[in-house]
Amino acid sequence: MGAYLLRRLLYAIPILVGVNLLTFALFFMVNTPDDMARMQLGVKRVTPEAIEDWKRERGYDRPLFVNPQASGAGRVTDTVFFDKSVRLFAFDFGRADDGRDIGREIRERMWPSLAIALPVFVLGLFAYLASAMLLVFFRATRLDLAGVVACVILMSVSAMFYIIAGQYLASKAWRLAPISGYAEGWAMPAFLVLPVVIGVVAGLGAGTRWYRTLLLEEMGREYVRAARARGLSEPQVMYSHVLPNALIPILTGVVVVIPSLFLGSLLYESFFGIPGLGSYTIDAINAQDFAVVRAMVFLGSVLYIAGLILTDLSYAWADPRVRFE
Amino acid sequence: MRRGLLMPAFALALPGLPLAAATWAWHQGLALPVLLWTDALVWLLVIAVLAGFWLGRRSEPLREGWRRVLADAPAMASAVVLAVFVLIGLADSVHVRLALPAAGAASSGWSVEVTSALDLVLDDLRERRERTYSAPLATHAFQRETVVGADGRSVREFPRLRHGGAHLADPETEHRADILRRGLSGLLAGLLLAVLVGVVMVALVARARAMPWRRAARAILRSDTAPDGRPAPHWLALGVTLCAIALLAGLCTALSSHYHVLGTSKVGQSVLYLSLKSVRTSLVIGTLTTLVLLPFAVVLGIMAGYFRGWVDDLIQYVYTVVESIPSVLLIAAGVLLIQVYMESNPGAFATAAQRADFRLLMLCVILGVANWTTLARLLRGEALRLRELEFVQAAHAFGLSHGRIIARHLLPNTVHVVLIASVMGFSGLVLAEAVLSYVGVGVDPSMISFGTMINDARLEMAREPMVWWSLAATFAFMLALVLAANLFADAVRDAFDPRGGARAGQGGGA
Repeated sequence: MGAYLLRRLLYAIPILVGVNLLTFALFFMVNTPDDMARMQLGVKRVTPEAIEDWKRERGYDRPLFVNPQASGAGRVTDTVFFDKSVRLFAFDFGRADDGRDIGREIRERMWPSLAIALPVFVLGLFAYLASAMLLVFFRATRLDLAGVVACVILMSVSAMFYIIAGQYLASKAWRLAPISGYAEGWAMPAFLVLPVVIGVVAGLGAGTRWYRTLLLEEMGREYVRAARARGLSEPQVMYSHVLPNALIPILTGVVVVIPSLFLGSLLYESFFGIPGLGSYTIDAINAQDFAVVRAMVFLGSVLYIAGLILTDLSYAWADPRVRFE
Repeated sequence: MRRGLLMPAFALALPGLPLAAATWAWHQGLALPVLLWTDALVWLLVIAVLAGFWLGRRSEPLREGWRRVLADAPAMASAVVLAVFVLIGLADSVHVRLALPAAGAASSGWSVEVTSALDLVLDDLRERRERTYSAPLATHAFQRETVVGADGRSVREFPRLRHGGAHLADPETEHRADILRRGLSGLLAGLLLAVLVGVVMVALVARARAMPWRRAARAILRSDTAPDGRPAPHWLALGVTLCAIALLAGLCTALSSHYHVLGTSKVGQSVLYLSLKSVRTSLVIGTLTTLVLLPFAVVLGIMAGYFRGWVDDLIQYVYTVVESIPSVLLIAAGVLLIQVYMESNPGAFATAAQRADFRLLMLCVILGVANWTTLARLLRGEALRLRELEFVQAAHAFGLSHGRIIARHLLPNTVHVVLIASVMGFSGLVLAEAVLSYVGVGVDPSMISFGTMINDARLEMAREPMVWWSLAATFAFMLALVLAANLFADAVRDAFDPRGGARAGQGGGA
C-alpha cells in the first residue's frame, strides 16, 4: 500500500512536469512576453521603454532558459523558466499583476469555493443516486420512461438558464434568498442556499441518467438473478447486492473530482458573486492576468492527479479484491 | 441505376449550388464572394460526410444501423429538426460582400460588411430595426420616451414602433384582430405546406412498397415495418415533425412581415433574426471541433493501441498531461493567447467578420485540443481489442504492413466508435459555447451566438418589468437544438454500439 502510493506519487511528477512545460511553452514561447506587454498596455502608441518596464516589473525581461550573464547556479535559476515555472512545484505562484501574492489569494479564496462546491457535490450525489434508484425500481414502466424523458430534457437545458430562472424565482418573484453575494459566519447559509439548490437541480438530468445506466448495467448481471432466485425481495437485492457492486463505477466518476472542488465553479461564482477561486479565475481572464491563469492551470492539474490517486485508493476500500502490488 | 446516381448528384449539388450562385453574382458585379475559414471547413465537412455515406453505402452494418436509427420515432423527429438547423447553418455559410451603390459610372467597390445568403433571405427581418427593446408583437416601444407632440409640449409616453405594427392606424382597436388575421393566414399557409408534404410522403411510400395510396397512408399512420421485416423509416414521426415545423414557419413568416415576432434586442435588432444567426455559430462549434480533434484522436489512439510498448506509453503520457489540465482553464489559456496574437497582428484581417471568424475557428481548434483525449482513450481500447482478433493476426501472418493493417482492418472496424463519439459530443459543445462566451473566452463579442445573446439578456434581469423575450427565444432555440442532438445521439449509440448501449467515455485511473 505504502509502496504503491509512493509509486503513484512518483508517476505524478512527470505528468506535472509535462503540464508545466506545456503551459510554459504556451505562455512564453507561442506568444512572447513582448506580445503580452503590448496587449496589456494597449496596442497603439506603446513605446519600447514601456514594454521593457512592464517586463521588468514582472521579471519577464530575463532570458528564457539560460542566463549567460549570471554566474554559477544563477545561469539556470535567474531565468524566466526557473522563476515562473520551476517555482510552481514549491507552490510558489509569484505575484499577480496587481502585485498581490497569488498563493495567499488562493489560500483565502478556496474556502468560499468549497462552501458552494462541497454541498453541491454531496447533496447532488445523494439526490441523483436516490432518483436513479427510484427509476431502476420501476424500470420498464411508464414512470421509468417519463423519468428518462425528463432527464434528457433537463440535461438539454444550459446551466445558465437554471441559474437565471432560479435567481429570478427565488430572489425576485418569491423573495426567499438574496440574489447574489457572500458573507462569512452566520449569514453565510442564507447566501449559499440558492446557488447550492440550483447547482444540484442543474445536474439532476445528467446525474440521474448516468447512475441509472450504471445501476441497470449492474442489474443485468448473473448474481442479481441468483439473488432473486434465492427469494430476496427487490429492495434487498438493490441495497445489499446491486448498490455495493455498483460502487466501483460510481467511485470512478465521483472521487476524481473531490480535490478539484477547491477550484469552485467559474459559472456559479460569477453569477452569485462568490469571492472564490472560480471568480478569481474569471477576473484574471478578463484582466488578462497571465500569472494567475498559469497558477490556476498548475493547481488544477495537481488537484486532478490527486483525484486519480484518491480514486485508486477508494477502489481498495470499496472492493476487498483490489490489491496494490 | 437511377438511384445509384442520386447520391453523387446530391453530393455535388449541395456545395455546388451556392458556389455557382456566388460565382454568378460575382460575374454580374453584384457581390464579391468571401470564403471565411469556417465556411471552407463547413463545406469540407459536408463533402466529407457525403463521401463517408458514399463509401459506406455497401456496408451492411452501417446501413442496418442507420435503418434502426430512422425507425426510432424520437430519432427521426430530431433528425428532421437537426436537418432544418443544418440548412439554416449552411445558408449562413455562404458569404459575400455586396457591391456598394455605384457613385457615377464605375462601381465604387465592395461593402465592408460581410453578408451571408441567410442574411439576404432574411433581409426584411434584418433591415427593420427599432431603436431599442420592444416586446414580441408589440406596436409601442417598451420604455417611455419624451416625445414632442404636435402642440409643442413634450410628453412622456410609449412611442409607436418604427416597424412593428406600423401599418395600423389605430393599434388600440385593430392590433388584436390584425394579429389574429395574420396568424391564422400564416397557419393556413403552413397547413397547406404540411398537407403537400404529407401527400408527397404517401406517394413516395406507395411507390417504394408498390402498394395503393390508401394502403400506404394506413401503413404510415400505423408506422408499420417494411414488408421484408426490416425496420422501416418512421414516416409518421417525419411527417408530424415536418408539419409542426411548417406550421411554425408559416406563423412566423406571416407575422414577421409587419411585427417583431420575438421582440427586439437592446439595439433594436429582431430577436428572431439573432436566434437564426446563432444557429450557425453553434453548429460550427459542435461540428468543426470534432473535425479538428478526429485526426489527433484517431491517429494517436489507434497507434497507441496497435503498437503498444513505448509508443503506447508516450501517447498515454501526452493525453494524461492534456487531460489533467482542467478543460476550462486550458481553453481560457488558449483563447487568451489567440487574443494576444490577434491584437499584435491587426492587419491580418480585412473585415470585422473575418476577424470574428478567425477567433471562432481558433475556438474550435482549442476545444478540439482540449477534448481529443476521451476519443483517443476509447480508440486505444478498441485497437487493443482488435489487434488480438484472428483476422488481424492473419493479416499480420500474411505479411501485410502495419499501415495497411491499420487502414484496411482497424479503421473500418472503429468507425462506429468515432461516429458515436462525434454525435454524442455535439450537444456538449453547443452548451459549452454558451458558458465559454459568458466567461469571456468564447466567441468574439461581435459574433451572434447563443452565448452572447444570453450574456446580453442577463444584464436585463434587474429591469422592471423584465425583458424576458430574448432569454425565452434563446432558451427555446437552444433547447430545440440540444434536445434534438441528445435524442439523435442516443439513438445512434443504441443502433451502432455492438455492446448494446454500454456507456461510453468513463474517466479512470491513469
